[in-house]
Amino acid sequence: MPEGVVNGAYLVAATLFILGLRGLASVRGARRGNALSSLGMLVAIVVTLLDHKIIGFELVAIGLGVGAALGAVLAVRVHMTAMPQLVAAFNGFGGGASALVAGSAIASGTVMTAATELQAVAAGAVSGLVGALTFAGSAVAWGKLQEVLRWQPGNTSLQHGVNAALGVATLALFALVIIDVSLQWPFWALVAAAAILGVRLTLPIGGADMPVVIALLNSASGLAAAATGFVLSNNVLIIGGALVGASGFILTTLMSRAMNRSVLSVLFGTLGPTEGGPGDEIYEGRIKRTSHEETALLLRDARSVMIVPGYGLAVAQAQHAVRDLSAELERRGVEVKFAIHPVAGRMPGHMNVLLAEADVPYEQLFDLEQLVGTFAQTDVALVIGANDVVNPLAREDPTSPIYGMPILDVDKAHTVVVIKRSLSPGFAGIPNSLFAAPNTAMLFGDGEDAVRQLIGELKATG
Amino acid sequence: MEVFILALTVFLLAAFIGFEVITKVPPTLHTPLMSGANAISGISIVGAIIAAGAQQTALAAALGLAALILATVNVVGGFLVTHRMLSMFRSRKK
Repeated sequence: MPEGVVNGAYLVAATLFILGLRGLASVRGARRGNALSSLGMLVAIVVTLLDHKIIGFELVAIGLGVGAALGAVLAVRVHMTAMPQLVAAFNGFGGGASALVAGSAIASGTVMTAATELQAVAAGAVSGLVGALTFAGSAVAWGKLQEVLRWQPGNTSLQHGVNAALGVATLALFALVIIDVSLQWPFWALVAAAAILGVRLTLPIGGADMPVVIALLNSASGLAAAATGFVLSNNVLIIGGALVGASGFILTTLMSRAMNRSVLSVLFGTLGPTEGGPGDEIYEGRIKRTSHEETALLLRDARSVMIVPGYGLAVAQAQHAVRDLSAELERRGVEVKFAIHPVAGRMPGHMNVLLAEADVPYEQLFDLEQLVGTFAQTDVALVIGANDVVNPLAREDPTSPIYGMPILDVDKAHTVVVIKRSLSPGFAGIPNSLFAAPNTAMLFGDGEDAVRQLIGELKATG
Repeated sequence: MEVFILALTVFLLAAFIGFEVITKVPPTLHTPLMSGANAISGISIVGAIIAAGAQQTALAAALGLAALILATVNVVGGFLVTHRMLSMFRSRKK
């Protein structure tokens, strides 16, 4: 096949990727967008197979067959609650693949015959470094999210020192790869060092910070693919990789802003859970308890109800119960909305997927920006399993570790009911002044159980 | 050097398009965005196919095969799971 045709087809593929991502601008266009991206990938694969560079098809057939079967099984069987693990694993696979392609180009010597030797070798080193880092870091992230890996070393200055030394060694190896392109071992040593660094950087990161880490690894997997594109002088890899790199970068920024943390402090752990104490002085004599019956009456007589789900809801698998409660209230003419904070789940947008799976229509899901000013017009806010993201201290107390974090202004609703097991603090480890507010009542208990009881009480009132 | 600048140009332009397009994705679709973008990063499958099929050295081919399996899992799994998620988003109007 003439090179012009091949490159033309790659251009078509790259265009389809962009159109596909653009489709995600609305829920309605999203499925078509995903189909366009998939089509772009198919075009790229088919034209590569038809290209004259392919001599033996056995290995290609095996690779495609095994990979497709494995990918399909993983995609079809995964539970929506386990989506962060799956995306972490896929990030790692993408990074690993890019590093291996670069390794193969270096092992075969195609890099050395390239007209642009230095570019190809340097890009190969970048691809190997970023790809291996992504692969290893993603493996650790997967282990943590899947809860098979519970070990979390502290972020001591000794650890930082070791990591810094590793970083220097990695850079030295990087230089070595470029200086003498005929040597192969520096590349593999570089890959190994990057992998160790990936593990060591991800291990100390706690579960609450995982949304940032996954987004960052997502970005890295794109950059690794783009670097591989520089090795092979292939534009579709460069464009596809750049798009993913940009996407991951945006999500990383959004997530760290939503958590009031910088990416650096997530990576190097300058802020752990602080010892805020049990918060007795805030709570003392100010906590009001309520009952299921009272809450049910309150909800029944409300015109508008805002449900604020947090990660605790997903843990309790209460999203289906919440959907039933929402449907029961709507049947009675109550307007129900869901207020979703960016870090309500374990990855960006995770809570939205969990609620969509439970058949909550997407028109009912509202994000931070859409919710500005709406709580003041809400009769009842029902908080289920959310804590730090509804803490007014983020707005009011400049000494608080979460000061400045964007929160849902739940306290501005006319009445607030918080369903929670106890007054225990959230990830930030600080008391929540919302619980002690005069317009707040606590409904202590398990999330799903409480919601089911509320539905029962509502039905009993006729 | 010229080739490198050309490649860098393509990279930067694509990154800018990426920023423009992706800032318009609503937060409700951020998980499908991530898994869909992730599938696109499996584009290194193109390099993997060449590496596995070009029959240069045995080591290069073996590395190519490993890369191809990883990339294919990423591509097929990524697009499929994104489709699955997007199919769950239902409108109020039936």
